[in-house]
Amino acid sequence: MADLSINFAGIRSPNPFWLASAPPSNSGMQVHRAFEAGWGGAVWKTIGPPVLNVSNRYGAWSYGGQKMLGINNVELISDRPLDVNLREIAEIKRTWPDRAVIASAMVESAQSHWHDIIRRIQDTGADGIELNYGCPHGMSERGMGSAVGQVPEYCEQITRWVMEVAKIPVIVKLTPNISDIVMPARAAVAAGANALSLINTLNSIVGVDLDTLGITPNIGGKGGHGGYAGPAVKPIALNMLAALGKDSIVNASKLPISGMGGITTWRDAAEFLLLGAGSLQVCTAVMHYGFRIVEDLCDGLANWMDEKGYATVSDVVGRSLHHVSDFNNFDLSFRAVARIDQEKCIRCNLCYVACNDTAHQCIDLIDNNGQVVQPNSYAVQSNGKEDAVNLRPTVKVREEDCVGCRLCYNICPVEDCIHMVEEPSGRPPVTWGQLSQSKREVTEDWEQMKVYREKMGIHIP
Amino acid sequence: MNNPLNTLDEELPPLTFNQAAVEAARCLMCFDAPCTHACPTHIDIPKFIKKISTSNLLGSARTILESNLLGASCARVCPVQELCEGACVLGSEHNPIAIGRLQRYAMDFIYGKGINCFPPAKLTGKKVAVIGAGPAGLSCAGELAKRGHTVTIFEKRELPGGLSTYGIISLREPMEVALAEVRMIESLGVKIETSKELGTGISIAELQASFDAVFLGVGLGATPALGIPGEERILDGLAYIEQSKLDPSNLVVGRDVVVIGAGNTAIDCATVAKRLGATNVTMVYRRTEKEMTAYPHEYEFIKREGVSFSFLTQPVRLHTEIGSPKSLECLRMSLGPIDESGRPSPRPVPGSEFSLPADQIVKAIGQEKPSVASQLQLKTEKGFIQVSDKFETSLPGIYAGGDCIRARGAASTVMAVQDGKLAALAIHERLVANG
Repeated sequence: MADLSINFAGIRSPNPFWLASAPPSNSGMQVHRAFEAGWGGAVWKTIGPPVLNVSNRYGAWSYGGQKMLGINNVELISDRPLDVNLREIAEIKRTWPDRAVIASAMVESAQSHWHDIIRRIQDTGADGIELNYGCPHGMSERGMGSAVGQVPEYCEQITRWVMEVAKIPVIVKLTPNISDIVMPARAAVAAGANALSLINTLNSIVGVDLDTLGITPNIGGKGGHGGYAGPAVKPIALNMLAALGKDSIVNASKLPISGMGGITTWRDAAEFLLLGAGSLQVCTAVMHYGFRIVEDLCDGLANWMDEKGYATVSDVVGRSLHHVSDFNNFDLSFRAVARIDQEKCIRCNLCYVACNDTAHQCIDLIDNNGQVVQPNSYAVQSNGKEDAVNLRPTVKVREEDCVGCRLCYNICPVEDCIHMVEEPSGRPPVTWGQLSQSKREVTEDWEQMKVYREKMGIHIP
Repeated sequence: MNNPLNTLDEELPPLTFNQAAVEAARCLMCFDAPCTHACPTHIDIPKFIKKISTSNLLGSARTILESNLLGASCARVCPVQELCEGACVLGSEHNPIAIGRLQRYAMDFIYGKGINCFPPAKLTGKKVAVIGAGPAGLSCAGELAKRGHTVTIFEKRELPGGLSTYGIISLREPMEVALAEVRMIESLGVKIETSKELGTGISIAELQASFDAVFLGVGLGATPALGIPGEERILDGLAYIEQSKLDPSNLVVGRDVVVIGAGNTAIDCATVAKRLGATNVTMVYRRTEKEMTAYPHEYEFIKREGVSFSFLTQPVRLHTEIGSPKSLECLRMSLGPIDESGRPSPRPVPGSEFSLPADQIVKAIGQEKPSVASQLQLKTEKGFIQVSDKFETSLPGIYAGGDCIRARGAASTVMAVQDGKLAALAIHERLVANG
């Protein structure tokens, strides 16, 4: 059985799953129940200066019958008094010595404030501190949260103040509301942080009410930007995680990264680990289904690790990073074509319409006589399930015209029905980066490109 | 009364908003969808379902009505297992989409709110007479009215709606649904004159003189005679169902009820008897379950209702006691060679007489061919009115559709609606071409 325990910048936990700093970790009672359910750690909901919250603070984006694919919130940091939070953190840590208890903090951007809060957290016996440089609403207007995270110099300065007094590991949490996530990460590295975490929530407006024309959710007739999280943001988080892993400075620092952003299942978790996360934080999925989901997060991850032969979490961390590259390095001679498994195909024709309307028009409808037919070509008198099923054409890819765009594969509702099959292109491997060096004219002039394509036998229908 | 087994109230509850949204979201939105092909009226099913999932219920209803003006009836009475849902691509490995229930959801929305889906048309000045306010006639009339023609329907009964009003048990379609559809057709400008029968109330010559075209949607006739002694005490199945809808409190239901026949109407009769208090209901059929004309899902339904079957059974005589039915004498049958109906012919087994206790006997063995055919001397096919592929009869300018032309295939509401629609298109073409 795979060992799920981790040592993250010196913070130990029996599994890599931590509650993210958010409503689920708002009180000792909640964290206690989460630990009973099996969570490996919890990043306490951010503590700091006094705040007041509003009603209707969460808005959800739902789609196709799936509730809350994304959640947006204007909730602030903990609205419970600092003393109460610090006392409960101490109690929880005493009760659960084997779990990771990390306090998230955010205070005014002054050295004395930061020194004070760090010392008070350390007095609780917490295992670590996460610096909240990400909250994009309410706190940022007061010069905290993402107002810090968006300016690398501020990140660095505040982190330096923290490191002056920190005796336990310090994690700098980054905001995704920035054009290059690498910059604040480098600032944290420069200031001597012990670890990084990402992503905080994305700025968002979740919707407009079509009856009242107000913003959703309605906060006394108003609404506005809030932090967006949940399954919908996972690809953004993965990209930012990989960007840190591929950055030479961040990479050389060897700082561990706590990954979060839409982790819902053990499969998501494994992907975050593979792209370099050393611990995993979860919020939206817990807010949707409760603490109990940690059971399958652990069980599924352990079973997958066993199946793949990975004994420990650190065997998995970063294992896919070397596959991450960019367009300049992709092989332009790599060729794949779509192939449809006729046995599995249920003839919904979604691939047909997608390909014909929006891609490269290389899927045909074939009737029972092997002839290409147009859609809706049955007679008006034809009806009944027998006709509808028996006269229904099949879909077939004209492979010579298929550019391998993979749209049909992505929309096919049947598991394992459309395969992207690698086919030899007959051309030697070449990347755009190589081409723009060796044959610059081809990359700059359409006539030269035409000649090049003809010479190489590149056929684009 | 809360026990659902003792009521003829509509069996399926309407979907809630959430149920409809979840079901609609499950639809894959097939392109050139097989459900649309399977639907005789070719409703663009993925389109109306998508509109439910986007909360565009008006657009959804209009999508349905553009192909089928009687969408509310069809949503309830269509044999969806044989049509749209039977062709659903999710049927093989999952549950097919509940297309009928979703269609009803969209239809209930507009009828519940009294929304008119179509603007009044610009009048062409052309006049069309429609005989019969059943599904075929209503569909034809509505399609013509949408195109600006002035349509009058002549209906021999007191209420319009045809079998939807009188002949489909409330369990499947309450009468109000059929009548709401009639009102919608009227709102398109169609005039309906009830209690006017062709031949007695109005002549074909009058119609030909006053109208530019005539459509016959007359349906079929009465239940044919069995020709057995005591037949005068055997109830007519359609009349039995009719009373269960119009006047259920005065419908006398026997204790031991025998229903003769094994079609969908026979099953409806058995349902009425069982639900309204009969202790034993037995369906009697000359052939076996393999040959019965009821849809498989109807057969399953009636078995669940607790109705028993006596197959290979031919009634030969009714025994009475003090003038009331007492038992039905029957003969056992065996199956012989295939007859002209394409099914094995039943033959009596000599000396196999036996009696079924029966204090009420209902026959539902099909309907007589349309009498209007001989009345107007129309060419026929197997007794049904013969029409061209434009639904024109052998008399120019006189069109027909619905059960009265159904020489092939099973009679159904949705086929009648499609006939009415296609006939209307043909009539429209003719009227427009003639300026």
